[in-house]
Amino acid sequence: MQCQICNKRTATIHLTEINDGVRSEMHICETCAAEQGVTAQSQMSINELLSHLLASQPSDDEMFGPSEKDQVCPSCGFTLDRLRKEGSLGCPADYKVFEAALVPLIERAHNGKSTHCGKVPTKVPTDTKKFVELSTLRRQLEEAVKAEDYELAARLRDQMKQMQ
Amino acid sequence: MELRQISRDITDWFSGSGPMSDIVVSSRIRLARNLAGHRFPGSCSVEEKAEILDVLKSVLLSLDLGDEVFYLSLDKESELARSFLVERHLISRHHAMASGPRGAVITKNESFTAMLLEEDALRLQVLRSGCRLSECAAQIDKIDSMIEERVEYAFSPRFGYLTACPTNVGTGIRVSVMLHMPALKMTGQIEKCLAAAKDMNLAVRGLFGEGTEAASDLYQISNQVTLGVSEQAIVSEFENVIIPEITEYEKAARKQLLTKQAEALDDKIARAMALLQNAHLISSQEALFLLSHLRLGLNMHEHMGVSTPAIERLCALGAPGPDRHRLSIRTINRLFMLTLPAHLQLNYGQPLDATRRDALRARIIREALNPQ
Ligand SMILES: [Zn+2]
Ligand SMILES: [Zn+2]
Repeated sequence: MQCQICNKRTATIHLTEINDGVRSEMHICETCAAEQGVTAQSQMSINELLSHLLASQPSDDEMFGPSEKDQVCPSCGFTLDRLRKEGSLGCPADYKVFEAALVPLIERAHNGKSTHCGKVPTKVPTDTKKFVELSTLRRQLEEAVKAEDYELAARLRDQMKQMQ
Repeated sequence: MELRQISRDITDWFSGSGPMSDIVVSSRIRLARNLAGHRFPGSCSVEEKAEILDVLKSVLLSLDLGDEVFYLSLDKESELARSFLVERHLISRHHAMASGPRGAVITKNESFTAMLLEEDALRLQVLRSGCRLSECAAQIDKIDSMIEERVEYAFSPRFGYLTACPTNVGTGIRVSVMLHMPALKMTGQIEKCLAAAKDMNLAVRGLFGEGTEAASDLYQISNQVTLGVSEQAIVSEFENVIIPEITEYEKAARKQLLTKQAEALDDKIARAMALLQNAHLISSQEALFLLSHLRLGLNMHEHMGVSTPAIERLCALGAPGPDRHRLSIRTINRLFMLTLPAHLQLNYGQPLDATRRDALRARIIREALNPQ
């Protein structure tokens, strides 16, 4: 079994926790455990470990300055501190309010991606739809170039020009 | 709609039918959605939850979902009823355990559920037997579009559909298949196979068991990435890459059992039969484990034409007279589901302690596998 933190080494430390009847498990390697201050005998809970991990992201003061760290969402009162503790957000507006801090987390969870590609509600303004379609095409274009499919790349480029 | 009306039989997604059903037990797609202008359920007051619930309930109940629909107020249902719904995969454990106003809209054929006020305001689910992801995708997309005509979803051009947890943001889609992989377990290759799935950025979970190693040999494989990849691309990767690769592993392991470990295979099947036919107390975990071996034997007979002495005897179970049906996967799955703890108690009509559950479970299985 692979370590859930580094995804490289074999997990030898297994944490299990039952919270409100919901069982969660974490499997990590010794190196990552040592970095997070977990030892095989320690009683650190998974929640604590997760908050350690979030806290050790370089996404705090160093990257965004203290202003964002202390920011509060005007619509729901959410703070970054709560995200760190609870792992989820308070309201849709938080994605805008905390965008800078969220992007690195989102990229880590989604294989480096941070822009939507796929279904768009029919009701959203045409601008939005165009934005999503363009970024979808851009991604396909990058892949076509990587795969050296220049014919497809040319076609995608034309489509993008037409839209702009 | 009374839950006891559906509790006496297995749910259709577990009937053991559909494409590739010798390994792919079921296909499921979920979508996470929230309403614009409202907080995520975890941050809502009781009043705001009630307001969202009202809106979503009336929208869902006004749709033509192609089947009779029933609504359950989960905060008013008993804990036993909620556990029953979790066992049938009609609601999530999270939804069962949450607090405050919440509900579920379920079609009578149980192929569609809308969970209202789960972690997100709305979680749609389509569930089918066998490998039928495209069908699930088409149906859930259609229902989602009908709902979207009546409400405004929380959506951002950059991040897509906005969800309470950033791990679901984007398409909000969770594509899963439930796979039966007993031969990989018996040949000691299951860990390797599951590790390979994890390397493909997939989440792997053992089902109906405790811990990651499932006693039932049933595993759920789901996508983890929901952002930056379209719904279609995720579904087609499952259909064209993930499912063929993983089922190929299990098929190879079944062949290996047959060529190199035929006696061990027969021993497992024969012991499972003997225990299930004779035990007077049987725990849920043990029943899941033993029934898995019977399912393997029947599927090897039906899909690979295998006949070993134990498999022959297995196929003859339940077929002594001319008008009796042969033992089917459906029967095995029915025993599997109806003897899960909440099913057992709901059908019995009252809560039972563990020992009485084990006795009742053993009796139901004994009677089914020892026809009079
Ligand atoms: Zn590690
Ligand atoms: Zn907010």
